[in-house]
Amino acid sequence: MPKVVTDVTCPFCGTLCDDLEVTVSDDNKKILSVRNACAIGAEKFNHTSLPGRVTRPRMRQPDGTFKEISYDEAIDWTANMLVKSKKTLMYGWASTSCQAMSVGHEIAEKVGGVVDNCATVCHGSSLIAIQDVGIPSCTLGEVKNRADRVIFWGCNPAHAHPRHMSRYSIFPRGFFTVKGHKGRKIYCVDCRYTDTARIADEFIQVQQGHDYELLNAFRTAARGEVLPATIGGVPKEKIYAIVEDLKTARFGVIFFGMGLTHTLGRNHNIDIAISFTRDMNDFTKFSIIAMRGHWNVTGSGQVLSWQYGFPYAVDLSRRNKARYQTGETTSVDLLVRNEVEACFNIATDPGAHFPIDAVVSMSKKPTVTVDPHINMSTEISDIHIPVAMVGVETGGCAYRMDNVPIETRKVVDAPDGMLTDVELLTKINARVDQLMGAK
Amino acid sequence: MKTVTLTVKQTPELYLECESITPDTFAGKKIDEIAQLPAYQGKEDTTLGEYFAIAGDAGATAAETQIILKGDCSKMKYIGIKMTAGEVIVNSSTDMYTGGWMKGGKIVVMGDVHSFCGLGMEGGEFIIEGNAGNYLGASYRGDWRGMQGGKIRVKGNVGSDICTFMNGGELIVEGNADVHIATHAEGGRIIIKGNVNRRVGGQMVKGEVIVFGKIGLMMPGYKYTKDVDLEVDGTKAKFAEYIGDLGERHPKKKGETVYGKIFLKK
Amino acid sequence: MSEYIIKNGHVFDPVQSIKGDKKDIAVKDGKIVETSALSSSAKQIDAKGMSVMAGAMEIHAHVAGPKVNLGRWYRPEDKLFDSHKTPGMTRIEGGKSIPTVFKTGYSYARMGYTFAMEAAMPPLYARHVHEEIHDTPIIDEAALPVFGNNWFMLEYLKNHEIENNAAYVAWILNQTKGYGIKIVNPGGTEAWAWGLNCLTVNDPVPYFEITPAEIIKGLIETNEYLGLPHSIHIHGNNLGNPGNYNVTLDTLKLVEGYKAKNNFGRKQVMHATHVQFHAYGGDNWGNFESKAKEIMDYVNKEKGITIDTGNVTLDETTTMTADGPFEHHLGGLNHLKWANVDVELETAAGVVPYIYSPDIKVCAIQWAIGLELALYAKDPMRCFITTDHPNAGPFTRYPRVIKWLMSKKARDERLNTFKNADKVIGATNLAEMDREITLYELAAMTRAGPAASLGLSKDYGGLKPGMNADIAIYNIDPDKMPSDPEEIEKAFSGVAYLFKDGKICVKDGTVVDNGNKRTFWVDVKVKENKQVAHDVKEKFLKYYSVNERNYPVPDSYAPHPYVIAVDATQ
Repeated sequence: MPKVVTDVTCPFCGTLCDDLEVTVSDDNKKILSVRNACAIGAEKFNHTSLPGRVTRPRMRQPDGTFKEISYDEAIDWTANMLVKSKKTLMYGWASTSCQAMSVGHEIAEKVGGVVDNCATVCHGSSLIAIQDVGIPSCTLGEVKNRADRVIFWGCNPAHAHPRHMSRYSIFPRGFFTVKGHKGRKIYCVDCRYTDTARIADEFIQVQQGHDYELLNAFRTAARGEVLPATIGGVPKEKIYAIVEDLKTARFGVIFFGMGLTHTLGRNHNIDIAISFTRDMNDFTKFSIIAMRGHWNVTGSGQVLSWQYGFPYAVDLSRRNKARYQTGETTSVDLLVRNEVEACFNIATDPGAHFPIDAVVSMSKKPTVTVDPHINMSTEISDIHIPVAMVGVETGGCAYRMDNVPIETRKVVDAPDGMLTDVELLTKINARVDQLMGAK
Repeated sequence: MKTVTLTVKQTPELYLECESITPDTFAGKKIDEIAQLPAYQGKEDTTLGEYFAIAGDAGATAAETQIILKGDCSKMKYIGIKMTAGEVIVNSSTDMYTGGWMKGGKIVVMGDVHSFCGLGMEGGEFIIEGNAGNYLGASYRGDWRGMQGGKIRVKGNVGSDICTFMNGGELIVEGNADVHIATHAEGGRIIIKGNVNRRVGGQMVKGEVIVFGKIGLMMPGYKYTKDVDLEVDGTKAKFAEYIGDLGERHPKKKGETVYGKIFLKK
Repeated sequence: MSEYIIKNGHVFDPVQSIKGDKKDIAVKDGKIVETSALSSSAKQIDAKGMSVMAGAMEIHAHVAGPKVNLGRWYRPEDKLFDSHKTPGMTRIEGGKSIPTVFKTGYSYARMGYTFAMEAAMPPLYARHVHEEIHDTPIIDEAALPVFGNNWFMLEYLKNHEIENNAAYVAWILNQTKGYGIKIVNPGGTEAWAWGLNCLTVNDPVPYFEITPAEIIKGLIETNEYLGLPHSIHIHGNNLGNPGNYNVTLDTLKLVEGYKAKNNFGRKQVMHATHVQFHAYGGDNWGNFESKAKEIMDYVNKEKGITIDTGNVTLDETTTMTADGPFEHHLGGLNHLKWANVDVELETAAGVVPYIYSPDIKVCAIQWAIGLELALYAKDPMRCFITTDHPNAGPFTRYPRVIKWLMSKKARDERLNTFKNADKVIGATNLAEMDREITLYELAAMTRAGPAASLGLSKDYGGLKPGMNADIAIYNIDPDKMPSDPEEIEKAFSGVAYLFKDGKICVKDGTVVDNGNKRTFWVDVKVKENKQVAHDVKEKFLKYYSVNERNYPVPDSYAPHPYVIAVDATQ
């Protein structure tokens, strides 16, 4: 009889829905169906049993093809690479468990690695902004229960976080929000009319690259000062009207994404959005939340922070200190400047996400990629080591976009003989110890 | 003043961390001791002697020590960091953190400098003959205490994020600047002889930015008040005064609000 | 298992009333035993000229959890030029005001501490707290879940439903692996979710219409109904504001009429924490003054209360607390980066860096108030030393606080060199206080007292045979007390030996073994309660953003548990 596993946490995006129901075959080897997930989450579970799944490590041959090798051979090669390299980029972590990250950090501290995660090409700008100005924020349940003004600024949850609006931000009826979306006014600020804008009550089109100026105008309006006629394509009358409306809110919240993190100024855009949120707390209750992308990039930030004090781009290469300077210790900069000798990727796909110069730089260095799938990174690596899918075939702790920790579950068995991240990293750690002890 | 000359004899494979190259560290040491001073590339611990041929004499104190660097130092980081006195002259470009946290003395770089140079500067003089990268004279990440004092002059252009959280001191840029100049500043003075792209004085609480060329787009939080005559770095001219950032908090002195100021040459 | 005989040391143990006598302490199988129980192969530790105490116990610090970590990562400057590796069995350490977990464990151990209580655990984030506790080496830890603004509690206590509230509290302790009932700014932090606050014990909570006084009393009754090892642990309303001492006295007086009911030897019904922040007179920062005497007059009289001091150390530090509105207020005063997180149905947290400058009159007065509280305390078993780390200062400053308490000379030197010394002296009592805390009193204030307050006095806080072998040996000779107070600070900064569970973990200030730290938590059995089960189910379905089945912290997060079982079914 197939069985239904309930309360499953979806290991795809930062929304980290934990109400999935997965039906699994009697022998625990196949996922038969997924309920409650969005299309993206469902696909994550469904494709565990697609044909062509790589179940053993592969090593690139001189002619460019890949040949299967054993886990032990892959582990030995990897450990040797790490021990030999003066400075190794150890990047990724955003799709694995906190328990695995912890083992990875031990290795990095021993071999002189720089541990970086996906924030480096995503919400790193937000983290930098928070380091400069702090952040008034709340958990997603507070939004559900209290928010009557919701602003989506430079983000498109309709595409990137599909269940966000129904679980937290627009539609739910909470304790103080019994009217659901009818009791909320939804604003959407973007340079283009997105599917999220379609759902909003009011869409404000901002000239691309002018969010910082527009937010400066919002802050200036909130203080009752004069403004030029238009800012970023938005007339000043509209800005004064919106600010007045926000001041009458009971509980406002701003959600933001790549529209702020990746346009001119980057961290400054989030910085001023946070400053605006802080200003609004002089009038009413206001919070701001980053729409984190990968399901456990937040977790990587948390583990790095409690172990070393920094949320990403942690340079352990001197082995006796942890250093942090985004722009120097961040992956893309290290690669483009050729400041690392080797690369170890795990639980994400830099080949797909990094600027091409960085990918080319990586392809010229000894590189190991740990991932359940063949992806753009594996194809430029010397070794691809597949592992069990975290959140599907093995469990572990994850952190949602609002930093709430939720456990992911094992729902099906991994293919026979496959290692988990924790097992693989533990073995690499042991082999590194042997090699370094022998020195 | 006594002079120690370091001539590059091999380029590092990655980048060399040269926090040992300061007058304070060299002072009172003999040449063979200086050659043994540590340098680092990732987990490789090495020495200055491996990468530089070293000649001359160090002074007894930092103030009496001059360091001259010859050869290509464009992959050397941390030169002159935290120095309190003395001189460092580099005959090429340098990498990141040159003159970081310097408290006194003088650094001259006869080329470009990379990013994070002059970070958290407290005093002294820093002259860059070429261009500077990003974060010149800025604060370290998260620190609300940026440049406190001292003087930086750049003969060429600068990048972005210049003098973030500036509290004091002066920066003179003879060329152009990119974006985010004096963001979050609470004091200090920046003079730009060329043009600035955008975002001057964003979230500035106090401080002055004087621009001789054009500003691509003035922040909406700045309001024109009047024209003033100023003498700036030896030049007398008329400037339009703007006060702001009106979206930011400002202190009061004797009941009057003290704004940040942008002066734009007319 | 290892046997040790610690010879010739001066023992300070309030549990056995040993006041510095030379006595041998025997260790076997992780416990303190009679010397006669040792074999001849016992290793000798020569403690001649040294002081021997039980391992110290930190009763209130913010060392593990979401707001602590937010403090860490949002302050990279806290680790600039500070991250380092010390000799010994250590990982990289860093963080001046908010140490990383490795530095936390090592630093406490180096000062002779063997236990720390994480002061505030938001139940929704309990998993995070336990992940950090797990990664913190050497010291045993526990965490206190916060209840003072919890929706279930507000509704039950509005109707005085003690039995239901007790069933809910027991459920939370079980789900979060928590230790007891923490109350922070009761009612005020729920008000803060709307940008408001409760500044006296009689201000009703918006919508829920219950007062802080009712919350506190209801939680005292709940605590004693369950018979928990610790009492309620409270951070009262109106923290940090001039004139707040009246609210503090109102809060303390709520204990009258209540008696402790438990099987752990605990005598108090309320532990009031970081009282320094709550002992302020005047009505503005200009006439700000100490009311430590007024507070301690009451505390000395009322035996149902224990307190901890919350000493200001005059450092740059980071404030962090579940008193959300206070942090917003502080951020507005010093304009530094303010972080805030409101937690659905439960609580909130705020973080703001703060510099306690000796040049600022108010900071110097705060410093004096913290010391006055300890110096006024008549019963050192009821007044414990903390810095409310990191709020009033980093815990790594304990040796300095001890120096000030033990040496009037050191205190006066600090007091008289303040920039506004005469104003500070005028607003406080410290200059006239001659008392110097003795080593015996220190042992009560940092070991035996906290252990008793936490309900752990059977096995911890003393050196009686049968107790756990958590022992600290300091290079300080009571027969040759140093005339230079700096030597006191030095002696307490690095133990000669730290024994944890009978194993030497620190020797001469160097970590030699990471030990086998345990997570302490309280497992309370109550009668089945259908109402509470229904309420829990309903609130998870309708108001929480996570599922009920994903709420509890699994056992894997506390692989070495020390579980205190309480049977409240009678």
